[in-house]
This record gives sequence, C-alpha cells and structure tokens, in this order.
Amino acid sequence: MTATTHHWFMLTVVGQDRPAIVARITSALYEGGGNLGEASMTRLGGNFTVMLMVYYAGNTDALVKLIAPVCESLGLKLHVDRIEGQLHRHPEADVHITVFGADRAGIVAQVTTVLAEAGLDILDLQSDVAGTEDKPIYITQIEGRALQGVAALETAVQILDGKGMEVHLEPIDLMLG
Amino acid sequence: MAILHILTYPDECLERISQAVEYFDDELRNFIVDLEATMRAGPGGVGIAAPQTGRLQRIVIVDVSGKPRVKNHGRLVLVNPEILAWEGHVLGREGCMSVPDYTGNVMRAERITLEACDERGALLRYELEGYEARAVQHEIDHLDGLLFLDRLVSRHNDLFRRKNYQGKSEV
Repeated sequence: MTATTHHWFMLTVVGQDRPAIVARITSALYEGGGNLGEASMTRLGGNFTVMLMVYYAGNTDALVKLIAPVCESLGLKLHVDRIEGQLHRHPEADVHITVFGADRAGIVAQVTTVLAEAGLDILDLQSDVAGTEDKPIYITQIEGRALQGVAALETAVQILDGKGMEVHLEPIDLMLG
Repeated sequence: MAILHILTYPDECLERISQAVEYFDDELRNFIVDLEATMRAGPGGVGIAAPQTGRLQRIVIVDVSGKPRVKNHGRLVLVNPEILAWEGHVLGREGCMSVPDYTGNVMRAERITLEACDERGALLRYELEGYEARAVQHEIDHLDGLLFLDRLVSRHNDLFRRKNYQGKSEV
C-alpha cells in the first residue's frame, strides 16, 4: 500500500442485478493487485450499483483493462476515474432527516434546497420508492452536518413538514466512549 | 497524573474479560485519576473503561455532565459494576476511542438499574437513563471484551425515535 506508484481510483459499476457481482469484481481487483478503500454498493430499481475506491499501481487504462472482462461477462457498465482519496477523515453527522410522502416530482429538489440554505451538508442520502405502482411513496433518509447549527435545520424542517410530505429531523447525539 | 495510552482495535486486550477489583487502595485510586485524565484528554469522550488502557480490571468512568440537556449524575466512578435491571430499548450513535474514525448505531436499554462500588469500595445503586445509561452500557461492554462494533445495526434505516413524540396536531 505504500508504493509511490499507487493511486486512488473511483470505480463505478452499474447494471442489471444478479448474484455474485461483488464477488466477481472484487476478486478480479484482488488478483490484479488492487486494494479496496471505502465503498457504497446497493440495488436501485433492479440495477446493482457499485461505487468503489480502489488503490492501484497502474493507470486508468490498466485498471479498466483489469475489470472490463468481468463487467462485460456480467453485462455491467464500467467507469473509472482517478481521484484524490482520503481515508480516516470521516466527518460526523449531526442530524438524521427523514422525508416521506406520496411520490411527486420535485420533492428532493424542494427539500434539499431549503435544507442547503439552512446549512445542511449532506454526507449520506438514500431514497426508496415504496408503495404500489398506482400509489407510490417516496422515502428519503439523509444524514449530514448542520453547518449553521441544528436549530437552523429544525426551523427549515418545520417549513417543509406538512407541505405534501412529512419531514422529521432527529439530532444525532454521538456517544464517544 | 498521567495520560494513559489507549489501545485500539484489533488489540487483543480489548476482547478479554476483565477481573473484579479486590483491593480499594491508593494504587487503585491513583489509577482512577489517570484513567479519568485520559478520558478527559480525548476530545468529546464521555466514558472510559480500564481495559482500554490495558488494565484488565472492572473499572469504568462516565461523565456526561458536559452534554447540554442530558440527565446525569455527574462524574461516575464505577468499580465492579453490575447492571441489575434493563428497561426499554433505544438506538443511538456511538463511537469509541479504541475504534478511531468510525461511528455506528447501537441498540441499548433506555433505563438501567446499576450497582457499583466507588473508588473507596462503598456499594452504591444508580438509576440511569438515556444518554448516560448508553455510555455506561458501552463502557461495561469493554469489561466483557465487547466493542460497539459487536452490536452494530444498519445506518440506513430510520433508527431515531423522537424523544418527545408530538402528534401531528401539535407540530
């Protein structure tokens, strides 16, 4: 991991979900000398999506060449970017915000705009469309930092809540022991 | 007074079961002074357990009085602590000086009844709740070789209940 020729890359892989995608990709990386960093992998609307930090000795083309055969055999699209990677610097979330309502256009834009103006720095956001085809429910969970304090976000949440959606904010009281 | 070295995962000391304290002497009290100084030296630390410093004895310090709006008993020195009763359960975010740069959600009892000796050996009983009860449970886990990593639950669910739930008409 200390060789100076190594660099961080962000691997993005998307495609129809099927079993063993993670095992196949990560095995190819391991066998090709890549080390994994942080990752987010999840199923979105029947697609499996992978965002994966890889520490690798070659250049972007070499990494693509290493993974492309696996991705092609699984019917997955691959994208690789060289990035500046930073480990061991997790910022702590101050708030957890839940938004849900009948699905309609603009919920996320409306909510995140008001929250951004109140100082929210989003660290993590997960959205699901639940319910049924004729009555879809949009559910979003956000964690982030309150750059202007939690009170400012609580005020913003009060503005949003009840306007065709339910918005709840819970401060995260980290217990460090 | 000395700041002690904090062991970090995967140090095997953190997985061992600590022994009860038998002698409530000056050596113990001097150690407790160092342990408390070590807890307070870490930014934001509200609790510490002796095995985190390599001493496998059942000694815990918790002080959540610096947190705003948190019910607390001030500085708690808990020697040979025993949780006698648990009530309710609540999820919250925890971190640990022995597991740097990671936090996670952990389920804990909302209220506990606790018996523990102080640094002079006097047996005391406490009724703890909320954040303070969480801190004590986290630290007592250390005495049994457990880390909060052993109790992680998903971050990606709505794990946080409103403490003072208000009906829609009141919001």
